Amino acid sequence: MAFNLSKQDWLLFLGFALVVLTLPISLQPLGAAYPALMQKFCIFGIFALGFNILFGLTGYLSFGHAAFIGIGSYAAVWMFKLLTMNALPAILFSMVVAGLVAMVIGYVALRRSGIYFSILTLAFAQMFYNLAYSVLTPLTNGETGLQLTLGDPRVLDRMAGAATGGLPRVELFGIGLSGGGYAGFYFCAIVLILCFFFAIKIFRSPFGLMLRALKSNQNRMRYTGFNNRPYLLAAFVISGVYAGLAGSLMAVTDPLAGAERMQWTASGEVVLMTILGGAGTLVGPILGAAVIKYFENIFSAFNEQTLHRIFDFLPDSIENPLVSGLSLFVGEGWHLTLGVIFVLIVIFLPGGIMEGFRRISGLFKRGGGGGKPAVAAHAQPAE
Amino acid sequence: MDAILLQILNGLDKGGAYALIALGLTLVFGTLGVVNFAHGALFMMGAFCAVGFNKLLTLQSVTIDPSQTTPWGSPMEVRQPYVEAWLGESGKFLVDYSVPAAILLAIPVMLLFGIAMERGIIRHFYKRPHSEQILVTFGLAIVIQEIIKHYFGANPIPQPAPAAFRGTAAVGELIGLGNGLPYPWWRLIYLFFSLSIIGAVFAFLRFTTYGMVVRAGMRDRETVGLLGINIERRFTVVFGLASVVAGVAGVMYTPILPPDYHIGMEFLVLSFVVVVVGGMGSLGGAVLAGFLLGILQSFASMNEVKAIIPGIDQIIIYLVAVVVLLTLPRGLMGRAGVMEE
Repeated sequence: MAFNLSKQDWLLFLGFALVVLTLPISLQPLGAAYPALMQKFCIFGIFALGFNILFGLTGYLSFGHAAFIGIGSYAAVWMFKLLTMNALPAILFSMVVAGLVAMVIGYVALRRSGIYFSILTLAFAQMFYNLAYSVLTPLTNGETGLQLTLGDPRVLDRMAGAATGGLPRVELFGIGLSGGGYAGFYFCAIVLILCFFFAIKIFRSPFGLMLRALKSNQNRMRYTGFNNRPYLLAAFVISGVYAGLAGSLMAVTDPLAGAERMQWTASGEVVLMTILGGAGTLVGPILGAAVIKYFENIFSAFNEQTLHRIFDFLPDSIENPLVSGLSLFVGEGWHLTLGVIFVLIVIFLPGGIMEGFRRISGLFKRGGGGGKPAVAAHAQPAE
Repeated sequence: MDAILLQILNGLDKGGAYALIALGLTLVFGTLGVVNFAHGALFMMGAFCAVGFNKLLTLQSVTIDPSQTTPWGSPMEVRQPYVEAWLGESGKFLVDYSVPAAILLAIPVMLLFGIAMERGIIRHFYKRPHSEQILVTFGLAIVIQEIIKHYFGANPIPQPAPAAFRGTAAVGELIGLGNGLPYPWWRLIYLFFSLSIIGAVFAFLRFTTYGMVVRAGMRDRETVGLLGINIERRFTVVFGLASVVAGVAGVMYTPILPPDYHIGMEFLVLSFVVVVVGGMGSLGGAVLAGFLLGILQSFASMNEVKAIIPGIDQIIIYLVAVVVLLTLPRGLMGRAGVMEE
């Protein structure tokens, strides 16, 4: 893997790395600078980044990507149970497993495009989800979820003689990663930065250009003599591996895997993150993931008391209806906020947050001459 | 033989629900060209029309009757629904039949909601890519779900069928086979109900001038527009119609499956599979595939089948979808030129 990025890309990469690594400082004023939440930003950032390689570049809208998250988590926990509590083998193993499964699903699903592809991927994900609760329970432990137990073999750890009382923690050569400490966050952050680097490479490579070409016109590509299928399959597998990696990181930070991660709502969530941030852009999906996870955290913590405290300065006759109206949108009902934001974004800003930035900067550059929406950011379907 | 007949019957009522939702989805897709992920939410709204109507009817007055006492010795509270107090026997009858009666509430509610939704949001997405249509309707579905959840809570709310239909029917005697075949009355009614709704929709499209224009518009909306017909307005009405079909399907399904706020999504995912299996844009295909998949599902949940292939009942529908899509690219009855590259 050569490191021949252009100067701009190096700047982008270094800037990104800097921002991610200094999150604990920069998020302080937002009240989000605790590791458990920042880990989530990183993990879902990786998930969305990988999803974007498929959806953003090729335009194939997969509705079943959560399956890979689930598979990655299960694979990682099995590695913890059988081999060692070290995070690296688990991560590698779950990437391999997710990649293999993605190859099979992709081989079948990519025979169709457009909505048929979406339904096929959804069908596969639902099959995994349903089977995880029924036939595959020896592997998944059903509704309880797959957990570490004291009786696990952990062959390598036993050989090294690391027998301690109580449940062991996930570690990386002695540094404890699970349990929501800063070590866990930095581990996820470094993985995210590496993933981002590969994503830049893919976006700028001839392979990435090929995928974009497939998005804009498949027939023309075929007429020029390209076999489309291997390129699409490669993109699908790569995004599956990213998702598997994200799943394994979930297991690293909290060694427990449950099938609910595979439900199709989770697949919908990643689509949402990608669209919100801006499909087809590099930073957008990560931004979208962070924004959604941040607001999930903030809004779901609100309740009527906090609202009453905020609007205390208003007279009661205004305050009470206002609070009861707003309480629809916070706490348990934060999904409603999400839905509303989502609808608004798709209607008014199909390019997501990144297009918003571009429009705003366009306004400044041309002295208010009206920012033309960037065409490239527009997600076109593969039909 | 009996077991097979029973499984077919079991599949038919679920198949009826799939077929009704898939029919609406196909109508909307065929006319407006919009992939509507909020259609399941419309089904769910219909179900909650029944719940709301029942709640309204059973609003109770609480009076303390000093002449009666509870076993604990305190004066008994007498609860009586207002409707019964005002209307007497016919009030009782109305409460008993609240589920079918809720259809009368659901039709205007769903029609208005459907038309408002089409005018407000869907209209702006005719020309946008399908992925954006999927996304905006998906967001809308979340919004509808969450509002329902806020007012009705997250738990399933059972709705009783009218007392007369609570038992089981001996279907075998009805069709002259002589032996039992016990089958719940209400499911039988649901089957006939869905068949008659499907028949009504097809008749509307086939035998009325309005339906003829709609069908012409499905084929070639531009030409119909050039003939001086306001095809957009007709399509709006079709959207309203589809949402009414989904709504009444939801109302009548409540005694079979207690509705909760995400019942719509579960049915939507399956109905989309049904639509795709039947062939995008084919009304007949949607109905056929709906019943077919319903029956297949009930066969797959037989113990004999599960013993051979464990877990098959969980995945049969998706498995069929995968096989059908790979062997018949257009689904069972899809037309050429719909949703193809």
